[in-house]
Amino acid sequence: MRIRLLFFALYRDLAGEESFDLDLPSGATAADAVAAARVRNHGLGRLPAEPVVAVNREYASLDAILRDGDELAFLPPVAGG
Amino acid sequence: VHARITQEPITPDTVLRAVRSDTDGAVLLFLGTVRRENEGRPVSGLRYDAYVAMAEKVLADIVAEAAALAADGDVAAEHRIGELAIGDVSVAIAVASPHRAAAYAASRYTIEQIKVRLPVWKHEHYADGDARWLDGHWPAPGEARVADD
Repeated sequence: MRIRLLFFALYRDLAGEESFDLDLPSGATAADAVAAARVRNHGLGRLPAEPVVAVNREYASLDAILRDGDELAFLPPVAGG
Repeated sequence: VHARITQEPITPDTVLRAVRSDTDGAVLLFLGTVRRENEGRPVSGLRYDAYVAMAEKVLADIVAEAAALAADGDVAAEHRIGELAIGDVSVAIAVASPHRAAAYAASRYTIEQIKVRLPVWKHEHYADGDARWLDGHWPAPGEARVADD
């Protein structure tokens, strides 16, 4: 299955790119995607061990099971207001 | 629900008009604005980045939750993104309610939840040419739904 990964703010700077796609085995979790992303992009090695993520625009646990076509976003600490 | 993430300058009148009705006894406007210094450092401007598709949804959720606190009242909020100058309005929240206590509670809830949940990030530019991403809050889904006070 194919997952789209998105990076924002500081994490985008560390990754050096806004997004990329990953092919993962079915049943993969958000944590599996984080691990695979670190292998593909070494800049992501500087992210926290357990980054905050959103799946399809909702905050999600790293245990969340992903589905084909999901959008997995890596969210640095938020600073709006 | 009036909840908007916008690149355009915020006009406070827009959020006020969105909440007014003849049942209000209290109307409250909160504006967040860009300061000329932060932690003693002169600021020249800043840029807000957002995960826009998610931020629109989270802001709508926050406004709906706040409206439930406003006791038959109404809440509207806008957050600006992109490049902002000193003095620009970054966030506007309007609450209208039959009674002031509920209006203050709903307004406070909205800004505190924006701070901990809205996927928006602040890149501050300093007068000396330096720039950095500001330290933010770790969004804690679930826990973040409890207001500050």
